[in-house]
Amino acid sequence: MSHNSFIVGAYEHPTRLATNKSVAQLHAEVAIGALEDAGLTKDDIDGFFCAGDAPGIGPLSILEYLGLDVSYADSTDIGGSSPIAQVGHAMRAIRDGKCNVALITSAGRPRSEVAAPGDLTELPEYPESGFEVPYRAALAPSYAMCAQRHMYEFGTTSEQLAWIKVACSHHAQHNPYALLPNPVTVEEVLASPLISAPLHRLDCCVVTDGGGAVIVARQEVAKSLNRPVIRVRGVGEAVGYTRGSDINLTTSAVTKSAKSAFFEAKVTPKDIKYLSTYDSFTITVLLAIEDLGFCEKGQGGRFVADGNLISGIGRLPVNTDGGGLCSNHPAHRGGITKIIETVRQLRGEAHPAVQVPSCDLAIANGLGGMLDRRHGAATAILERIS
Amino acid sequence: MQIYDVSLRAPVRTPETNMFWDSANEGNLLYGKCRDCCKPHYYPRRVCPFCFSMKVDFVKASGYGTVYAFSLFRRGRPPYISAWIMLEEGVAVLSNITDCESDKLKIGAPVQVVFRPAENGQKIPVFTPSLL
Repeated sequence: MSHNSFIVGAYEHPTRLATNKSVAQLHAEVAIGALEDAGLTKDDIDGFFCAGDAPGIGPLSILEYLGLDVSYADSTDIGGSSPIAQVGHAMRAIRDGKCNVALITSAGRPRSEVAAPGDLTELPEYPESGFEVPYRAALAPSYAMCAQRHMYEFGTTSEQLAWIKVACSHHAQHNPYALLPNPVTVEEVLASPLISAPLHRLDCCVVTDGGGAVIVARQEVAKSLNRPVIRVRGVGEAVGYTRGSDINLTTSAVTKSAKSAFFEAKVTPKDIKYLSTYDSFTITVLLAIEDLGFCEKGQGGRFVADGNLISGIGRLPVNTDGGGLCSNHPAHRGGITKIIETVRQLRGEAHPAVQVPSCDLAIANGLGGMLDRRHGAATAILERIS
Repeated sequence: MQIYDVSLRAPVRTPETNMFWDSANEGNLLYGKCRDCCKPHYYPRRVCPFCFSMKVDFVKASGYGTVYAFSLFRRGRPPYISAWIMLEEGVAVLSNITDCESDKLKIGAPVQVVFRPAENGQKIPVFTPSLL
């Protein structure tokens, strides 16, 4: 019953700098792009999903702006993973008969606005504000401390983390839209300036304007379209945090989102041919690979080293679009791009140089927020139906 | 890098946390401890995030602990050290480390709380390497 939903449209905005556009306009452009990709029209949309990057309260402003008439809307926000979680929400809404064609948009322009991610200058009265704002508890140190603990507990090295960036950069050279299209070496990553020790500049993702959209539709709609059929097999989401006496900086909420997704999909990590995973920083990828179950906890450093994430070379091709580390991290939220490249791989529409052969089962995985404290995770297992 | 001082922003005070900040002004660091399940938590709140009991005390910490994790954020103006400190009482506190040589800092290093004024004069608990 849960396998009744299909991704029929996917579109990534080609821009990386949108100086002369509004955020709402970007949402509109990616919506139109996804509809054209699917071969559907505006009137076919009866479900809409967005997160905090959409301007306005929940979906209200953007629904009005786009003039969408929907029977179901959802604006769940768990950070950058939100669009991946929303693929699951769309699947369940379709299953329950609440809608037939669900549009998910994500877009923003932090590069034009020069807005730092997790900027704490005007944090409202969140319960934790008093205990974080005084210390300027920023995003990069949050991830850096997780990297430091992983090194301390498991002997992971900066060289191993650098391999994640190297793999993404190898892929990015084939993506004409990638912000950073040049391959880099481990040595170049280590020689780049330390931003927040032990993370270097090249351990950090890009800041880009742009966005993307996907369309999830009921089986009957999917079968009527002249596109490869990508089934949503299972989706899980989870939230992680610390309460002080239970601190653990080396395990993320992906453990829970992956368990839920694999249970629903009735597959195991061994069945997965391709992985798109959130790469705000290199350490984000390392934790996710362990927590998805591709290797034992603590073995992530060894797993990612020596080109093991490079398509055509390694055991697990990861982020063949170049990922957030090299291509695109629109609105400081990479979730939508993870779904889009996973769909390209499953359709066989990735760049030939990075296309994974016989790619029939793949994961789009998200892990966003503050990794050392509250963060959101979502795991979507997608399948090509021949 | 030698870190001599920290630049601290004024905290958001709420009715729930006034006691914490008043105590900080008197040189005391408080954490939350549940009277029902006995577990400590941080940041302190008036409901136990483990068992939902409302019987939470704001307890005075000894102020001693060890470095659990830290990072020198070089993009800070000026650069500063973010850190998780594991207090003797078994609860981790997100804070800054000041008056130290960042290259000599290590996980497990002993630290103690010191109080430094934020821009509005409110005393803020931060940590510094212990003398002993």
